[in-house]
Amino acid sequence: MHMADALLSPAVGGTMWAATAGTIAFCAKKVQQDLDDRKIPLMGVLGAFIFAAQMINFTIPATGSSGHLGGGMILAILLGPYAAFLTIASVLTVQALFFADGGLLALGCNIFNLGIFPCFIAYPLIYNPIVGKNPTPMRLAIGATLAGIIGLQLGALGVVTETVLSGISELPLTAFLAAMLPIHLGIGLVEGLVTTAVVSFVWKARPEILEYAAASRPLGNLSMKKVLVALGAAAIVTGGALSWFASSFPDGLEWSMAKTSGKEELEAPEAGIHHALSGIQGKTAFLPGYGFKKNDTEPAAAEESAPSWPAVDIGTSTSGLVGGSLTLILAVVIGFLFRKRSQVK
Amino acid sequence: MSHHIVEVQDLTHTYPDGSAAVRGISFRIHHGESVAVVGANGAGKSTLLLHLNGYLTPQGGTVRIGDFPLTKATVRDIRKTVGMIFQDPDDQLFMPTVYDDVAFGPLNLGLPSEEIEIRVQQALVRTNTEHLRERPPYKLSGGEKRAVAIATVLAMSPDILVMDEPSSNLDPRARRSLIELLAGFHHTKIIATHDLDMVLDLCERTIVLHRGEVKADGPTVEIFNNAQLLMECRLEKPLSMQGCPVCGTSTSRV
Amino acid sequence: MAKIESAFFDLSYLDTLATGKTVIHRLDPRIKVLTAALFVICVVSFDKYVIAAMLPFALFLITIMGLGGIPAIYVMKKLALASPFAIMIGIFNPLLDQQIILHLGSMAVSGGWISFLSIVLRFCLTVTAMLVLIATTGFNSVCMALEKLGMPKIFAVQLLMLYRYIFVLIAEGQRMYRARAIRSFQKRRMDMKTFTHLVGQLLLRTIDRGQRIHQAMLCRGFDGTIRTRQTLRFTLRDLLVFCVCGILLIGMRRYNIANLLGQLFMEILS
Repeated sequence: MHMADALLSPAVGGTMWAATAGTIAFCAKKVQQDLDDRKIPLMGVLGAFIFAAQMINFTIPATGSSGHLGGGMILAILLGPYAAFLTIASVLTVQALFFADGGLLALGCNIFNLGIFPCFIAYPLIYNPIVGKNPTPMRLAIGATLAGIIGLQLGALGVVTETVLSGISELPLTAFLAAMLPIHLGIGLVEGLVTTAVVSFVWKARPEILEYAAASRPLGNLSMKKVLVALGAAAIVTGGALSWFASSFPDGLEWSMAKTSGKEELEAPEAGIHHALSGIQGKTAFLPGYGFKKNDTEPAAAEESAPSWPAVDIGTSTSGLVGGSLTLILAVVIGFLFRKRSQVK
Repeated sequence: MSHHIVEVQDLTHTYPDGSAAVRGISFRIHHGESVAVVGANGAGKSTLLLHLNGYLTPQGGTVRIGDFPLTKATVRDIRKTVGMIFQDPDDQLFMPTVYDDVAFGPLNLGLPSEEIEIRVQQALVRTNTEHLRERPPYKLSGGEKRAVAIATVLAMSPDILVMDEPSSNLDPRARRSLIELLAGFHHTKIIATHDLDMVLDLCERTIVLHRGEVKADGPTVEIFNNAQLLMECRLEKPLSMQGCPVCGTSTSRV
Repeated sequence: MAKIESAFFDLSYLDTLATGKTVIHRLDPRIKVLTAALFVICVVSFDKYVIAAMLPFALFLITIMGLGGIPAIYVMKKLALASPFAIMIGIFNPLLDQQIILHLGSMAVSGGWISFLSIVLRFCLTVTAMLVLIATTGFNSVCMALEKLGMPKIFAVQLLMLYRYIFVLIAEGQRMYRARAIRSFQKRRMDMKTFTHLVGQLLLRTIDRGQRIHQAMLCRGFDGTIRTRQTLRFTLRDLLVFCVCGILLIGMRRYNIANLLGQLFMEILS
C-alpha cells in the first residue's frame, strides 16, 4: 500500500510532504531533548531490523497466503512515538530510494500513512490506554491487535484520500474505500497478531527491555486531550488547505505547489498548465467522488474542449504522435550510443 | 603520565538477575605490560572489561586507571586513556565510511580539523588500512574490519588498549597479521581471549579467571605448563605446546 | 527468502554503481537531489491526459543514465517489479472514463486509456529518476545533501545508521532463516509461531547490538551529538549544471517539445 508518485498531484503530494517534514523536524527536536543517547544507535539498528524482518514471509493462518511484518507498532512500543516515527520515516526513505516503493514525492504520503497513524494515534490513543503501566498478556494482546488494525485502517484511508484528491486515478472514493478498507482490516488484524506475538516474546524473554521502554518514553504521560487537540488542528489545517486548493480554480491544484513549498522554480508549470487545463475543465474530475464528472455522455463537452486542448485537435494530436515517436526513437538511439561507448571502453 | 597503572581491587559485580559475575578480583598491571585474561565462558572476562572502560562502575571494590579512580566523574578521562576494541567489529564501526569511523573519536574530543586529519592518517597508516579510507565498513573483510576497528581506537591516542577476543572469526593469515600488528604496539595491552596460542605470542603475563575469581596470575609459560590448573579452569594447553600429531615432538617454546 | 536475497543484491548493486567516477557521479549531491525533485514535480504536475509532452523527460533521464553508466536492463527490471500498485490502481481508468477523446485513424481512444498510459509513463519516469539519483550518488551522499538542505541532523544520522546496519541484520536474518529452512524439510512456508520466534529472537539480538554500539560510541567520547566532517564543496561547475538542468526541465514542462518536433517534421515533409 505504498503510495506512488504516478498517482499523485503536486498539491496533494506537496501538502503531505510539508506535513511529514514538519513532523520529522518536531520529532527530531523531541528526541534530541530526550537526552537518552542510548536511543540513537538503537533507532538505527531497529530500523535495520524492521527492514530485515519485512523480508521474511510467514503463512497467514486459515488463508494460505503469506504476509510480512509492518513493524510500526513494534517500534512505537519499543522506542516511544517520536523516535519510532523517525525510524519508520527512515525505513520508508531507504525503501523508496532503493526498492522503488513509492517515490520521491509520494514519500511524504507514505511516511504520513505508515508513520503518523501508528505513532501518534494508534499508540497513544489505543495501545497505551489499554495496556497501561502494568501489562498483562491479555491487555497486551488486545491493545496491540486493536492498535494494529486501527493504524492500518487509517493508513488505508490515507492512501484512498490522497489518490482520490489527486484525481489522476479515476477511482471513485466509495468504491476505492470499499475495496481498500476490508483488505486492510485483514492485513491490520495479522499485523496486530504478529505485533502481539513478537512483543510478548520479548516481554517473556527479557522483561527489562519493555520496562526500560515504558520508563523512558516521553509520551507515556502525554494526555489524550492534547493529542486530540493537536490532531484536530492538523486535520482542519490540512483539510482546509486541500479543499481550498481543490475548490478555487481548476489549476489551483497545480500552482498551489509553489505556495506550499515556497520554491520559485515550481512556479513554472503555472502558465502552461493553465492553458492546457482551461479547455478540459468540464470533463476533468479533480474530485471524482464529488460528482464533478457527469458528462461522460455529453459530446458537447468534448467538442467544446477541442480547440484548446492539444491532444483532441486532430492536427496537433497527429504532430504530438509523430513528435512522441521521434522522441522515443531518439531515446533508443541515445541509449544505443551510450551502450556502444561503454562497450568500447 | 608515565606510568599508566591499571589497578583493580576487590572488584565485585552482581547483575540485576542475581548472578554474581565478578567476585573480588584484584590485580595490578604496569606500564607497557601485555597481559592476557583467559578463562572459560562465563568466567567473568566480559564483565571485567566493561569496568575497564567505565561502561560499568564498580559495585564493590575499586578500579584505578593511571591517576584516577573510576567514578562517574572521571569516566570521560578514563575513556580517553583506555581504548577498547570490541569482539564484533560491526558494533564498533557504525559510521558510513572508514574515514568517518576513525575520525569519530577525535571529532568528539573537539580537536582542530588539521589535528583530526593527522590522527586519522596516522591511525590508518599504523594499521595498514590507508587504502580503505573511503570504503563503507560493510564492504570490508573480517580482517580489514578488525584492523579498522583498531585504527578507530588508535586515533584517540589511548595509553592502554583493552581487547575482547581480537582474533575471533579471522582466517589464519588475517590472524597472523593481527598478531604482528599488536606485537608492534608499545601500549599497555589487556587481551581477553580463548586463543591461547596468540597469548603465547603476545603476552608475557596471564591472568586466569574462573567463576568470577582470579585463579592464577603469573608468567604465561608457567601457567600454560600447569596442566592441573588448566583443567580445573576448563582450559587447555595451547596447540603449539602440545605434542605434534605427526612427528610426536612438542614445538613448545619452553 | 528470495526476497531477502534480492534485497541484499539490490542494495549492494546500487551501492557499487554509486562508486562510479563518471561526470554525473562527480556532481555535488545537492544539485542531484534538487534536480531529481524538480524532475518529479515537473512530471507529476502534467495534466492526467498528457503523454507526448512527457516523453522528452524520458530523453533527459536516458541521457543521464548513459552519462552515469547505469545499465538500462537493471532499471527496467526494477520498474517491472515495482509497477503492480500503480498499474492496479490505474487500470480502472479505462473502465471508468470511456469518453472518446482521440481518433487514431479509425480507432477511437478513450480518455481512460490515455490517462492510464499517462500513469504508467509517470510511474516509469519518477521511479527511474529515483534509481538514477541513488545509483549515481550513493546513499551516504544523498543523506549528506539532504542534511545540508535542511533535514534535521538526528534524522540524517538515523538514516546513515539504518543503512549501515541493514547489511549486518539482513545477513543475520538470513542465517536464522536458513537454519530454520534446513530443519523444516518439505515444509517450505513458515507458520506464525515459528515466525514469531525467529523475528523475536532477531529483535532481541538487535537490541543487544544497539547496546553494544552505544558502548562503542561512548568509548570514543560520544555525548549525544554525532559530529561528521563536512566534505561537500559546491563548485561553479555544479551551479552551471544545475542551472542548465533546471532550464531544461522547466522548458520541457512548459513547451510541448514532442509536439513542436512533430510539427517541424511534418512541415518539412509537406
